[in-house]
Amino acid sequence: MRLLIAVIASVALLITEYRSERLQPLRATLSVLTDSLKYAVDLPVSLFEKIADELTSYETLKKENTSLRQEQLVNKAQLLKFDALEKENIRLRALLENSFKLGEQVLIAELLSINMLPDEHIMVVNKGTRFGVHPQQPVLDANGVVGQVFRALPFSSEIMLITDPNHAIPVQVNRNGLLTIAVGSGMSNQLNLPYLPSNADIRPGDLLITSGLGGIFPAGYPVGIVDDFPQTTNKSIPRVTATPKSLLDRKREVLIVWSSNTLMPFTTPLTKTPADNEQ
Amino acid sequence: MSNSYSVLRIFSTLLIAMCLRILPLSSAAAPFNPDWVLLVLIYWSLAIPERVGIAHAWVMGIFVDVLLGRHFGQNALIYAIIIYTCLAWHRQLRQFPVVQQSAFIFLCLLFSQLLLFWFKNVYAVGQNGGRFWLPILSGTLLWPFIYQLMRSIRRR
Repeated sequence: MRLLIAVIASVALLITEYRSERLQPLRATLSVLTDSLKYAVDLPVSLFEKIADELTSYETLKKENTSLRQEQLVNKAQLLKFDALEKENIRLRALLENSFKLGEQVLIAELLSINMLPDEHIMVVNKGTRFGVHPQQPVLDANGVVGQVFRALPFSSEIMLITDPNHAIPVQVNRNGLLTIAVGSGMSNQLNLPYLPSNADIRPGDLLITSGLGGIFPAGYPVGIVDDFPQTTNKSIPRVTATPKSLLDRKREVLIVWSSNTLMPFTTPLTKTPADNEQ
Repeated sequence: MSNSYSVLRIFSTLLIAMCLRILPLSSAAAPFNPDWVLLVLIYWSLAIPERVGIAHAWVMGIFVDVLLGRHFGQNALIYAIIIYTCLAWHRQLRQFPVVQQSAFIFLCLLFSQLLLFWFKNVYAVGQNGGRFWLPILSGTLLWPFIYQLMRSIRRR
């Protein structure tokens, strides 16, 4: 009898969650307890990192500081050029009477070192709805696109990586603007490009960037590099794969992006520095 | 006194099991991580069947669903059914030698993993090789140790 109630209740929950978002508050409430467990499991690793940070000597810190300063100088110089390019781009688009989308804000989040499901590419970060994170936000790291927010809880959020087999991201080849879709392969170092025609102009080493189609990922962020594939002259389509640019299994910090949906006017000067256009 | 004490013990072992479930293991060891919560629940349902019921198992299942980011009710359903069978047969199971018990645990874990496999394919693209079934193996092999450990915790 009790079993019957339990089974009916489970099935009811499964169906409700499949059909609607109504159970989200319940999950948010219960997640307060489970999130504290997640932070508890993460604690030894983050503590270890903190202690290692404390123990780094003055000498190493100084060295690191100098190298970072130099790096920053180089990056700044490059950004100056990008700024000019950006403005030129806006002017050109204004000539074409085309709208231009700009302005992105980011939030730095840290990955919790916990293992949810080994066969699913989902990671947990330490920023949640308390910081305004919401589902379907793009997530980046310093090298490229990481994935998107899959589920936002009060104190943490789950991020689906671009390598998850259930994830697809609209991309374009940076060299010629060829549009296609990169689908996760289930392996942490591979993306599949299944929707390419046999005569597609794609070569090993091509950079794939987000195309901005689909409305979730802003355009222009690097996604991956096309792997080697056998060049065939006959009509058979080669299986094209790509390697993600972001270091999906090594990074602890990621950026959660808010892209403002308001279109920038062409005439007023820009206030935000674009974090865009890395190539 | 002993009453609240045993409740505390059940609760803390389940909390530890939940922590073990999300332990950051290396990518080689991670597929072997068994369903600790289910194993601990099975132990308590065999040891003190008058205290651990289907309702407890169901609530634990809900928490595990939230913990692992699965759809609500998956683990709850699995835990309720498995704990029901454990409670129904707990007299026979307690008499079994360890090998036979492990065989029963194997069947339980197989059932749980089969249901999870099915849920996964209902909701999303199923993409898993043999690695998906490894927790059954590790859970079965670990059962004798878990059993001894839990018994020493209970008797202390």
